[in-house]
Amino acid sequence: MRRLIFPGLFFLLSTCLAQEAKTVRLADLQKLMNEKSEKIQVINFWATWCGPCVKELPVFEKLRAEGRPDVKVTLVSLDLDLDPNPAKVYRFISKKNIQAQVLLLDEPDANSWISKIDKEWSGALPATILINHKTGKRRFVGRALEEGELETYLREIQ
Amino acid sequence: MKIFSVVALITGLVALAASTFGQGYEVGDTVSDFKLKNVDGKMVSLSDFKRSTGVIVIFDCNTCPYSKAYNDRIIALNSKYASKGFPVVTINSNDAESSPGDSFEQMVSKARKKKYDFPYLWDDTQKVGRAFGATNTPHAFVLKRQGSDFVVAYIGAIDNNARNASLADKKYVEDAVNALLSDKPVPVEKTKAVGCGIWWKDA
Repeated sequence: MRRLIFPGLFFLLSTCLAQEAKTVRLADLQKLMNEKSEKIQVINFWATWCGPCVKELPVFEKLRAEGRPDVKVTLVSLDLDLDPNPAKVYRFISKKNIQAQVLLLDEPDANSWISKIDKEWSGALPATILINHKTGKRRFVGRALEEGELETYLREIQ
Repeated sequence: MKIFSVVALITGLVALAASTFGQGYEVGDTVSDFKLKNVDGKMVSLSDFKRSTGVIVIFDCNTCPYSKAYNDRIIALNSKYASKGFPVVTINSNDAESSPGDSFEQMVSKARKKKYDFPYLWDDTQKVGRAFGATNTPHAFVLKRQGSDFVVAYIGAIDNNARNASLADKKYVEDAVNALLSDKPVPVEKTKAVGCGIWWKDA
């Protein structure tokens, strides 16, 4: 009996802990970006198929793990643009044990919304935006971040 | 208050200038000639197309899932428009050191496997990709020939549905080429799409 209880508990616990990546539309994302938040929003656009994105994900995980009260990290997956099935993203999140909040953007007609995220953005992945509502400052980076770059930008938009 | 608006205006102009210069061609710009090695080993120049009505230049690669999704659509573009005077020329600017699947050898095997009947050029120095301001793969530039010049008429995505070609209800490149073939203004001159960033050497 005990032999059954332990794996059962483990299963239950891991199901509860595994985060649910919510599928969102552009309006939800804009709400997050325009939210009058006390925290600096760090929003990273990525996809499971994107090598440089996957390589830089630990940078954002590390920032989240620091637990800074003034920073909120959100990872926005664009996987659905190419593949409507989110299963691959769910598997990826659980395999890599990603704890930061993941959102799946489901929005057709990319040309109609890419510039609404940021005028500078070409649509190429990865891309990262830092928004500080308190100072009104904003920083867009349309490429993978280099070592230490995120910290620099966080200081810049204080 | 006035000072604020002046400052805002100047800031805006500086930002505009920064985004306009040094980031590649815009619609209406004349393209500098280039000469790159094709998968058959021969050199291909833009000036080789002096008898064409125009050229559909597409920055592409082997490895990007968007390039894979659009591969048959690119082949179909050439089948449809080469005979009408708008051949396709594909260029791979990816750094093969960062992305080994995009090496010249891999390009040759890809072109052979998919029976490319159009150039697939190797932008080894990435100078052509930089000059165009290519950012994604695939990234299309429709060029119209004017005398011996090639002028940019459209920049952006091939259509508006990467997932499924049959669900694309805006075929940007086809619409641009059709308009140019009938001497009409290009309906949409610039679009954006989600895609793989080009692997630059210094990135």
